[in-house]
Amino acid sequence: MRSNTYTLGFTSAITIVLGFFLALVADNLRDRQELNVENDMKKNILYSLGFRPTGETLWTSDNIQNLFDENIEGFVLNTNGERTDRDPATIDTEIDTVLLPIYMKKESDGIGGYAIPIAGKGLWSTLFGYFAIEPDGRTVKGITFYMHGETPGLGGEVDKAWFQNNFVGKRFVDGNDELIGIRVLKGKVQPDDSDAYHKVDGISGATMTAKGLEKFLKEDLTRYDPFFKKVREGQG
Amino acid sequence: MALLDKKSKRALTDPLMANNPITLQVLGICSALAVTVKMDTAVVMTIAVIAVMSISNTVIAVLRNWIPGKVRIIVQLTVIASLVVLTDEVLKAYMYDISKQLSVFVGLIITNCIVMGRAEAFAMQNTPGKSFLDGLGNALGYGGILIAVAFFRELLGSGTIYGYPVIPESFYAAGYENVGLMVLSPGAFIILGLIVWVQRISADIEEE
Repeated sequence: MRSNTYTLGFTSAITIVLGFFLALVADNLRDRQELNVENDMKKNILYSLGFRPTGETLWTSDNIQNLFDENIEGFVLNTNGERTDRDPATIDTEIDTVLLPIYMKKESDGIGGYAIPIAGKGLWSTLFGYFAIEPDGRTVKGITFYMHGETPGLGGEVDKAWFQNNFVGKRFVDGNDELIGIRVLKGKVQPDDSDAYHKVDGISGATMTAKGLEKFLKEDLTRYDPFFKKVREGQG
Repeated sequence: MALLDKKSKRALTDPLMANNPITLQVLGICSALAVTVKMDTAVVMTIAVIAVMSISNTVIAVLRNWIPGKVRIIVQLTVIASLVVLTDEVLKAYMYDISKQLSVFVGLIITNCIVMGRAEAFAMQNTPGKSFLDGLGNALGYGGILIAVAFFRELLGSGTIYGYPVIPESFYAAGYENVGLMVLSPGAFIILGLIVWVQRISADIEEE
């Protein structure tokens, strides 16, 4: 049996050596990791606004940066829908609840659409994603989820293309331009339904995820509505 | 490479089939269920476990004569935990998408009973070389089963292999559907059970 002093000395030495080693590694990899997180965010904004990776423009780090810098302008709104001079990268959505980051797709002949961050509870987890809106301020351009912990194959289908494509072209305002949100149905949208313009096909076995999605999507849209109201009126 | 002596060879090859950590010792089941929905996550998990296990076994074998008996489990855990954190950091930096899918399960390699089991049962009594082979063998045995389970789950559950669709569209048109059960945890239990059964029959193992 070794003495207590030896045991204490040995464990201290191991802890110090390994701790130092890990700190060294973490410090060296931090820049790269932060770049990955940033690229992932940019990728999802681009994706929601309709950019798709093709043969020539794969989602490589450089391509994402270039596409984003060339096509996207991010700015921050206040709750009255007015533009502030804050940089969206400095906004922590959990603390700055009165500041709303928004990303605009620039096109040669004007604006190609807007993307806003969306987040909220599904069944098991908080879902995070982006919701893109056409320049008319009424129509869905796209939706994406980049983080969630829903059941794979059930609620987890929210990150699949078939479900997300469902949203494209739907409207989240009614005939009087009042916000009504998007309804996720149980089953399929009936073609003869006069309200089909704001309904999307549901995921079987994922009612709770769909209910959560409906709710937080409407809440997020409500926060941005002062801005989109102006966009809609600007369009006449 | 010089030919391995008999004991080294057994340390490497036994855990692949005859003494496989998952199918024979039934260890490490938790992560085997969690990361086998798709093959790409299973492959990355396998690589991560190979790295952690072969290095942790080697390090512990090097230190084995200095590790105080009273705190040996804690020392083993410290070494393994450091390696797991290291692996997680590297994945986050270089394979971000996959690391997001693996999420907590890379961290949970720490609690994978196979890793600590081999450190305690083998590396504490054997030379670094043999321990390295033992770690490698066990990780490969674990990973092999992981990839096999993932192969069937992805094929039957999503109709793809390593992300590539393999079930022709005409099958779907004719009424074939992906088996939703396979993407859920019970699917992994069923596949794993079948693999254990087939292996025990073929290896002619009898329970006492």
